[in-house]
Amino acid sequence: MDILITGLILGGTYALIALGLNLQYGVSRIMNLANGEMLVIGAFAAFTLFTVGQVSPLLTIFLVAPLAYVLNWLVYRIMLRPLVKRAKNRGMLEVDAILTTFGLSFVMVGIMIWAFGGDYFSYSYLARPITVFGDNYGLNRVVAFICAAVLCAGLFLWLNVSRAGMAIRAVAVSPENARLVGIDVPKLSARAFALGGAVTAVGGAVISTFLTLDASTGVMFTMKALIIVIMGGVGDVRGTILAALVLGVGETFVASVIDPGLTLVAAYALFILILLFRPQGFFGKKPT
Amino acid sequence: MKRADWQNLGWGAALLVVAALLPLTGDGYLISLGVSIAMYTVLATSWALFSGPTHYISLATAAFFGIGTYVMGSGIEYINYWLLLPIAGLIGGVIAALVGLATLRLSGVYFVIFTLGLAEMTRQAVTWYQNQTGHKGTYVLTELTDPHIYWQLLALAALVFLLGWAIGRSKLGFALRIIGDDEDVARHVGINTALSKVALFVVSGATAAIVGAMIAPRYIYIEPATAFTPMLSFQVVIMALLGGTGRLWGPLVGVIPFTLLWEAISSSFLNQTTLLLGLSFLAIVYLLPGGFVGLYDRLRGRAKKRSAMA
Repeated sequence: MDILITGLILGGTYALIALGLNLQYGVSRIMNLANGEMLVIGAFAAFTLFTVGQVSPLLTIFLVAPLAYVLNWLVYRIMLRPLVKRAKNRGMLEVDAILTTFGLSFVMVGIMIWAFGGDYFSYSYLARPITVFGDNYGLNRVVAFICAAVLCAGLFLWLNVSRAGMAIRAVAVSPENARLVGIDVPKLSARAFALGGAVTAVGGAVISTFLTLDASTGVMFTMKALIIVIMGGVGDVRGTILAALVLGVGETFVASVIDPGLTLVAAYALFILILLFRPQGFFGKKPT
Repeated sequence: MKRADWQNLGWGAALLVVAALLPLTGDGYLISLGVSIAMYTVLATSWALFSGPTHYISLATAAFFGIGTYVMGSGIEYINYWLLLPIAGLIGGVIAALVGLATLRLSGVYFVIFTLGLAEMTRQAVTWYQNQTGHKGTYVLTELTDPHIYWQLLALAALVFLLGWAIGRSKLGFALRIIGDDEDVARHVGINTALSKVALFVVSGATAAIVGAMIAPRYIYIEPATAFTPMLSFQVVIMALLGGTGRLWGPLVGVIPFTLLWEAISSSFLNQTTLLLGLSFLAIVYLLPGGFVGLYDRLRGRAKKRSAMA
């Protein structure tokens, strides 16, 4: 029970990060390997504002989200759009996107190390116990989970109900046909990419309330978010949330029963199972 | 074989002999730089054998390298050094085959993601195993010094070049180029795409493992953090792409300048290596697509056009 709840709480925050990546990959068709660094930037912002000005991380979110949106929009327009234009097919774009976002990720890590140093950073926010079903959990974890759940639900509703959400889903399903019904695909791709980055940065601010991070931990989160996106299926919000929870529980189980140093091995075990048995994701249909 | 082939072979052999003379200078720094260059040449060339024609970016080099290092580290007390090199290659090849069979049936992204975390995952597993059995690292004590390691790596490099040349002329090499151009077409003309990809991935995995085994005596003391450095995978990718994967000699052209640059940066600004890595990636994508080889081909094409006009 203890493991299940801790795992679900962790999975909830993973879901937020993976949703950001899924928006970027599912809609803009950019496999963004600098996603984890966006998370660390969000976390850095929350950390800095909390230690300098005692600003609650939950308020920082409202600052981080628009800034990350603008930053990611610029990245897409300036760096990625030319690649989309010059790519002859999807495979070429994938290779270029992977190399570029890798480069970007290293540049961001390099700048962060240069500016802030390579030390771990953490702060104490709401670090008191709270009792759930007879066991004690950190209040910060529970608050982070609630925060993530609200954001995930909001995003899910927005994508499914609003007109803009429908347009985004249309691009995710088929960019060619979306163009035919009068959707401005390049504009929407840039917006989806920016939104994905903003969601991930918010996830970073939330996760920094209970995890210790350093400038180079981003790639770990990118890795996990990628595994979640593939488990859940590209462009599938329900699948992503379910996969994130599965990964959170699986990781917590391995960490507490076998060894805390084996979390990535646990993630890989899940990854291999998915690749072998359901490469199209939890809810995906078999391609014919 | 055509006359041009014999000519290339002659040039290659001559270069190899010149390179083999380097340890005679007796300069320790130069020899250690030579070891680095030889090591990256083997790694980048064997990486390009697979990733060049297929465009599947493999980030698993560090994992195979580390596995090789560990095979040497755990076996040196019981088995002869020269026997351990092929064993390391065999183990690396088998693991590459398993990874390839699981991921290469699917699209390229799955493969990239899987190889991205492979080194880190193997490191976690090895660390865990060592904690269970209660020792932290292993010693590799041999009589081998830098010049020996350098000559071994050169021999391996020659082997990889010969192998790459043979593959390029074979049916398998032709099949891989078709896969790289259009995988659907390749499948329709009856190429077993998965098997061809796995075969080449095994070659590059086995080679990286042998390199790891050869380098092991240099470390003397091996622990997971030194054997599995994820950075190695990225360095190899950059060097190969900087040189260009279109030709067999492409990666070599990228290895030499990048190794020198890397040495210079990491000796004076250790913290900026990550930044350098990132900027190099961006430079390759935006300024040098196709690497030096691509540039060379473009310039030659232009010169040809001009002479045709005149």
